[in-house]
Amino acid sequence: MEKETILKATNIVKYFHDPVEVQVLRDVSFEVKKGEFLSVVGKSGCGKSTLLYILSTMDTDYEGQLEIRGNKVRGWSQNQLASFRGEHLGFVFQFHYLLPEFTVLKNVMLPALKLGKYSKQEIEHNAMEKLKLVDMQDHAIKRSALLSGGQQQRVAIARALINEPDIIMGDEPTGNLDKTNSQKVFDILQRLAIDNQQTIIAVTHDNDFAQNSDRIIEMSDGKIISTHEISA
Amino acid sequence: MNWKLALNIAVTHLITKKKQSIVAMLGVMFGISMFIIMISFMTGVNDFLEKMAMDNTPHLRLYKPVRIKKETIVGQLNNGPDDWVVVHHQRPKNDLPKIRNGLQLAGMIEGLQGVQGVVPAVNSQVFFNNGPVQIPGTMSGIDVRKQDELFLLGNKMEEGSLDELLRSPDQIILGRGLAEKASVKTGDRVSVTTSEGYNIVLKVAGIFSYGIATLDDSKSYGTIATVQKVLQRDPSYITEINVRMNDMSKAVAFRKELELKITEDVLIEDWEEANASILAGEAIRGVMTAVVSFTLLLVAGFGIYNIMNMNIINKMKDIAILKATGFQGKDITAIFLLESVIIGLTGGILGLLIGFTFSYVLSMTPFPEGTFFRINTFPVNFKAEHYTLGIVFGFLTTLFAGFFPARKASKIDPVQIIRG
Repeated sequence: MEKETILKATNIVKYFHDPVEVQVLRDVSFEVKKGEFLSVVGKSGCGKSTLLYILSTMDTDYEGQLEIRGNKVRGWSQNQLASFRGEHLGFVFQFHYLLPEFTVLKNVMLPALKLGKYSKQEIEHNAMEKLKLVDMQDHAIKRSALLSGGQQQRVAIARALINEPDIIMGDEPTGNLDKTNSQKVFDILQRLAIDNQQTIIAVTHDNDFAQNSDRIIEMSDGKIISTHEISA
Repeated sequence: MNWKLALNIAVTHLITKKKQSIVAMLGVMFGISMFIIMISFMTGVNDFLEKMAMDNTPHLRLYKPVRIKKETIVGQLNNGPDDWVVVHHQRPKNDLPKIRNGLQLAGMIEGLQGVQGVVPAVNSQVFFNNGPVQIPGTMSGIDVRKQDELFLLGNKMEEGSLDELLRSPDQIILGRGLAEKASVKTGDRVSVTTSEGYNIVLKVAGIFSYGIATLDDSKSYGTIATVQKVLQRDPSYITEINVRMNDMSKAVAFRKELELKITEDVLIEDWEEANASILAGEAIRGVMTAVVSFTLLLVAGFGIYNIMNMNIINKMKDIAILKATGFQGKDITAIFLLESVIIGLTGGILGLLIGFTFSYVLSMTPFPEGTFFRINTFPVNFKAEHYTLGIVFGFLTTLFAGFFPARKASKIDPVQIIRG
């Protein structure tokens, strides 16, 4: 069964201008299918994080075409992109970036409250569901600053899931975690890809993590040098 | 835009950073309360002085000037082409200060448009005799009823009454200070000597007090007939015509109009000339209030600006993550603008309360017993418009101070923050 394409990058070119002009991405093109678990690997400075932030629509300073869910997003205004991100994309960063003043539950609820698609009660219910998914339901009313690193990362995943995004992007999602916690995070992401048909794109240094995903894109010096399908 | 969510986030930020929020709030509070105290007291003083000065000040005063003739009699006699006549230290002629046709003139002015009323008066310097001691003072003969109607003389009576004054001739009322110096009370008799040397004994029908020492220490009033009799003048003898306008701001224009109309030899003085120092004082206090209040609010504004700026630098990561999860620039602006507005309004309301309390305490504080003013407590105004102005001013200052940091926050590039 041929799956539909959810994200398509065509000839992405990116320069850094400061302090000197450096080309960081050279004609990067690839496609990602719905429900695919994709890992992007490569040495530090190869441009893989830069690529991820372009895919995330947060970085708009590039050339080439980016198509997400059939929308050509290049040239959209910052406000359009923010709304689009809120609705269709979820993020998990290396450092969890929870809002420390808010409770765990509120952190998860915020993107949904902003989107405003459901009532507050429904959002609260959904947020609890997501917390159960990452096994953090018991900590819902704690201030997020009081959690351990691994726990915070799981909450961050729950937050990324709250608006049922099509694509979840991770920048070193396990980079800051020990073996046990890394495994937990990986299992959650894999379950999302298989059970919910959500697409995962993760930049990683973690070899075990990459080897267990569906496909690995290896980058070097701003180019894709190889693509491996991993047969289960 | 979702204001409720922005408000929720703003309030959470403020509550978790309690100390910082309270310091910012105190700045606004101090500024607004000082503003209220200053403006209440300053306008209180202005109103008090104006009322004191204006209650008994005619808007226009007509009197006969003392003139020295340029042309001398010697000059008229020796007016050959080669003659030079130089007169050193020329003196005025012995003219009476009488306004010719004074009563008719007063009647004419009273009929003009915009005039509330006219009081013709006979004024003279006199001496009040207290045994061998002579106390200088002035005596004004007036139409008592009209003077009461236009200058509220009846309200100033401390002892006796104006009716008593009208009941029989040869009576006067004295200022409080003057009565004390002459050591007389209501019902006593006082001996008066005019500058021309006539002597007469008058009965004291009452004692008044304007609250202004210079007036209370020298002035006395009687009926026109009484004063004319004291001065031994005829019933048409009038030295001054006092005009009260319906609208005192029109006095200057009316004076110019009147100067063209009147042919008699009189000078007209308006209240602005006569009270130039009070008006200047009012203007200076007004400017001072504005400058001090503005400075205080400006300082409070800078305080908020600083705190909000620091706040935003501390929250860079939070702002980046909010943007990554779908918050737009204007949502971020709303959050931080709401934070400063909440600080401004809370501080402002507290400031109004404290300002009111201090103004109230000040209005209860006894005024140092002085000889110049006779008031019991500090004059303080309580006006709704000052309080409205205070809260609006406080709100605008914090809105302005919060705007630039909030806009800066909305422009933060999430990629730069998240990538480090």
